[in-house]
Amino acid sequence: MTRMKLVLVGNGMAGVRVVEELLKAAPDLYDITVFGDEPHPNYNRIMLSPVLAGEQRVEQIVLNPLDWYAANGIVLHAGKRVVRIDRARRYVEAEDGTRADYDRLLLATGSKPFMLPVPGADLKGVIGFRDIADVETMIDAAGRYRHAVVIGGGLLGLEAANGLKARGMEVSVVHLGDWLLERQLDEPAARLLQRNLEAKGLKFLLGRHTAELLPAPCGTRVGAVRFKDGDEIPADLVVMAVGIRPNTALAEAAGLRCERGIVVDDTLQTYDPRIYAVGECVSHRGVAYGLVAPLFEQAKACANHLAQHGVARYRGSMTSTKLKVTGIDLFSAGNFMGGEGFEQIVFQDAGRGAYKKLVLKGNQLAGACLYGDTLDGAWYFELMRDGTDVADFRDKLLFGRHHIGDSGAGGGDEKTRVLSLPDGAEICGCNGVCKGDIVASIRANKLFTLDEVRAHTKASSSCGSCTGLVETLLAATVGGDYSTAPSKKPLCGCTEHTHDEIRAAIIERRLISLPEVMRALDWKTADGCNKCRPALNYYLLCAWPGKYRDDAQSRFINERAHGNIQKDGSFSVVPRMWGGLTNPRELRAIADVAEKFAVAEIKLTGGQRIDLFGVRKEDLPAVWRDLTAAGFVSGHAYGKALRTVKTCVGSQWCRFGTQDSTGLGVKLEHMTWGSWMPHKFKLAVSGCPRNCAEATIKDFGVVCVESGYELHVGGNGGIKVRVTDLLAKVETEAQVLEYCAAFIQLYREEGHYLERTAPWVERVGLAHVRARVVEDAASRAALAERFRASQQYAQIDPWRQPDAREFAPLRLPSNGIERSHPQPEPTAAA
Amino acid sequence: MTTDWIDIAHLDDIPRQGARVVATPAGDIALFRTFDDELFALLDRCPHKGGPLSQGIVHGKRVACPLHDWKIALDTGLAVAPDVGCAARFPVRLTEGRVSLSLTPVADCIDV
Ligand code: SRM
Ligand SMILES: Cc1cc2nc3c(=O)[nH]c(=O)nc-3n(C[C@H](O)[C@H](O)[C@H](O)COP(=O)(O)OP(=O)(O)OC[C@H]3O[C@@H](n4cnc5c(N)ncnc54)[C@H](O)[C@@H]3O)c2cc1C
Ligand code: SF4
Ligand code: FES
Repeated sequence: MTRMKLVLVGNGMAGVRVVEELLKAAPDLYDITVFGDEPHPNYNRIMLSPVLAGEQRVEQIVLNPLDWYAANGIVLHAGKRVVRIDRARRYVEAEDGTRADYDRLLLATGSKPFMLPVPGADLKGVIGFRDIADVETMIDAAGRYRHAVVIGGGLLGLEAANGLKARGMEVSVVHLGDWLLERQLDEPAARLLQRNLEAKGLKFLLGRHTAELLPAPCGTRVGAVRFKDGDEIPADLVVMAVGIRPNTALAEAAGLRCERGIVVDDTLQTYDPRIYAVGECVSHRGVAYGLVAPLFEQAKACANHLAQHGVARYRGSMTSTKLKVTGIDLFSAGNFMGGEGFEQIVFQDAGRGAYKKLVLKGNQLAGACLYGDTLDGAWYFELMRDGTDVADFRDKLLFGRHHIGDSGAGGGDEKTRVLSLPDGAEICGCNGVCKGDIVASIRANKLFTLDEVRAHTKASSSCGSCTGLVETLLAATVGGDYSTAPSKKPLCGCTEHTHDEIRAAIIERRLISLPEVMRALDWKTADGCNKCRPALNYYLLCAWPGKYRDDAQSRFINERAHGNIQKDGSFSVVPRMWGGLTNPRELRAIADVAEKFAVAEIKLTGGQRIDLFGVRKEDLPAVWRDLTAAGFVSGHAYGKALRTVKTCVGSQWCRFGTQDSTGLGVKLEHMTWGSWMPHKFKLAVSGCPRNCAEATIKDFGVVCVESGYELHVGGNGGIKVRVTDLLAKVETEAQVLEYCAAFIQLYREEGHYLERTAPWVERVGLAHVRARVVEDAASRAALAERFRASQQYAQIDPWRQPDAREFAPLRLPSNGIERSHPQPEPTAAA
Repeated sequence: MTTDWIDIAHLDDIPRQGARVVATPAGDIALFRTFDDELFALLDRCPHKGGPLSQGIVHGKRVACPLHDWKIALDTGLAVAPDVGCAARFPVRLTEGRVSLSLTPVADCIDV
């Protein structure tokens, strides 16, 4: 039997979901052809916000890579826009003339950002926020310009503003309404949100009416936004996020009935029964949706009909809203404004930044608006959707699900609350996955990782805001195994082995070079990749100090050039300043170098030393020569290595100081500098518990007290802040040095490459670290001894021995051009 | 068609699994030497944001750009999927241990 032909126009979230469901329901019914006018495989559009904010990368948000299409026999025309549907002859035609015949056609063309029709809207630098190309434009602008204006204070606008801010732009949000997100929040909640966003550095212009976009002087690029009242603000980039319009042009041109969107019935068929439509482009019972949860429900019903099972119907959805700005939790659904005939229950704690409002009609919940604590959002949503009679627990309703019922788990932390949820509780709003389904799938399929749960259940695979809940369920269901699960991950695509297996093999089988490791462990590639080579280089260096010959070509450029590469290809130079101390002679030497080499910028770093920016690579050896002559060594500001030892004033001068924190910091830095680590490593010593050196967010921090020294470990002030754990309290400086050396060595021997101490301590547990470093004196002494032994070979200043091949460019000879006839394959020679 | 070969260096002037920059009037060219001593030359500008490809880690027939980790195929100059872009290629040859280069790019990169 020949298969029917299904053509999908629109390679987006809704359309491809239909295909996925259809492949499950009736894998052999259709030959499938997909047209998409973006040049990418299907990706998770929702995640463009985290990509913009720099929290994810484009390659991480691809939903179905190209080989998925190939594996399922789907013909993909990526980058081709369909411009015509011939309903009589049943084919579609793309801009470039490509044609495809269909028996069934599925339209899923999404929507387009609505662009305010003001003068100047067509200037360069004025864009919407819809696809990868928009995000690329924004990232590019952030690297080159300063002022961004986002028009529209809705979900999309705020996510765009947050991302642009994270990319370093100055961002103003212009909003016509009196408060932000007026379709999702009431005024008190919106004010809390605004305050939080202002604290992140965003500016808001509320109640403002955009009149015109003005070009920059002598250019075609936008330069300013002018309001109705005549005010102007500078704008090098304008993002319009004032709404979306269903993309119906193609359907309309084909004569299909459209109202706000393409009109479909409960089986997602248009007025031409061979043509289906799903997603943001459709109007179903008069409603056009703009969130994925309803679109995925449509996709299910549509696939069911296409598979000729014919039982499913789509009857419309109720939607709820979340905002994806890291650190901000809000949830709203239903009628959260209330009004005539509605009652409200409100909880407000401005100090804690929490707000909850429930709207009731009679004994039923009609709407909810939560800010700050949103864990119960899904439960309220369920009560609303099911029309549950809440009379019996109305008095406790505001406090959440865990305060009612018979689970007895009154505990307030998220974990207890998640575990006390009933099986029917919805965990993933986007894909409508309940707790029971997730737990069952983890058990039945023996899942260990978040990615596996995503693949099997789709939970947490869209907007990601339920990831924490899914992880909690995973941890609770697989118990102890979960913590060991990540280590089952291979180091990279070149090998099947984990970090730990490789480290063990290096020692047990005495492997002492990169090629030996790769051979012994059956590497799949000839010479590894840029993920595994730096890791192996470090593991070998750590295992065989003094014996292993460092492989410069397996180090990231910063470690090869002993400086940080800059966006323009120049480098920065940071000489070490022991414990943050300096003197006139050193400052003069730095000033001289800065003048001699026309250093573009001098900056004090957050690590208490001086950074010289914009040095040309070929000048680096000469810069170092001068600095070295003045007694400096490299500060390793570029290395997976010891970075800085931050100190405070201490008992030397400070009226509160209890010990000589500066002096101790200098001693620690002299002991530890030059050491290579799995990731960068930072120390600090504070002279008293006021902790001016911020020792409690360092990898190893010392807080001096009257009776001695508190030692803190596993802190991190970076992407995910983590406060240290208290390791031990000791009495003498000599003990501080020994504990520090032992702790570092344990981390050096056990940490996975690119794992900082914070995640390492969480992985192995503080008890393990204490057992090796604190409780067992012999183990501590042995670790410290191994550290000192390896430092013999590590404390060699790289600035003293630059490899000329790395720094000097090759130059063209003044003569010597030779003419010859072309070679058959001129690019490769062996 | 003829090629203008310019004698540039000895093979050993370029580190294995590494690169050297060749300064030319038309801009920097990155000269790569792979693990098995194949040679390739690309314009030293990443198609993403102009990062210096010569500074990346060379593995297989690829280089990882040091700025944002795009992978560029040395033999075609094309960015490895999902990234899209192309760095101009230049002909290189090795004769008796000497490396020579032509400054006329191979004309198959639309992005130059
Ligand atoms: C120069 C400096 C900023 C400044 O001007 O003050 C700096 C600059 C960079 N930091 Fe930093 N960090 C600097 C202090 C910090 C601090 C503050 C501190 O150490 O007290 C932190 C937070 C504390 C911490 O590490 O826990 C910090 C957290 C990060 C992170 C996030 C690390 C994390 O674990 O989450 C990165 C990214 C990474 O390492 O992967 C990073 C990465 C970078 C890089 C190296 C980005 C890169 O890979 O190119 C920046 C190089 C800029 C350049 O072009 O030279 N930088 N960075 C500071 C150098 C201190 C020094 O003297 O060596
Ligand atoms: C930045 C951002 C953040 C978001 N955050 C959330 C969120 O947190 N939660 C949530 O639920 N939703 C969110 N959304 C909305 C969600 O992404 C959309 O609802 C969903 O992607 C719509 O799916 P769709 O398939 O209808 O349209 P799309 O995913 O837009 O797919 C349509 C595709 O069709 C293509 N196309 C159009 N016309 C043609 C043609 N003639 N020929 C060929 N191809 C064509 C388009 O290029 C596009 O790739 C967000 C959207 C954006 C932009
Ligand atoms: S110096 Fe640090 S915080 Fe500043 S832009 Fe660079 S990485 Fe980000
Ligand atoms: S410039 Fe090369 S990856 Fe960004």
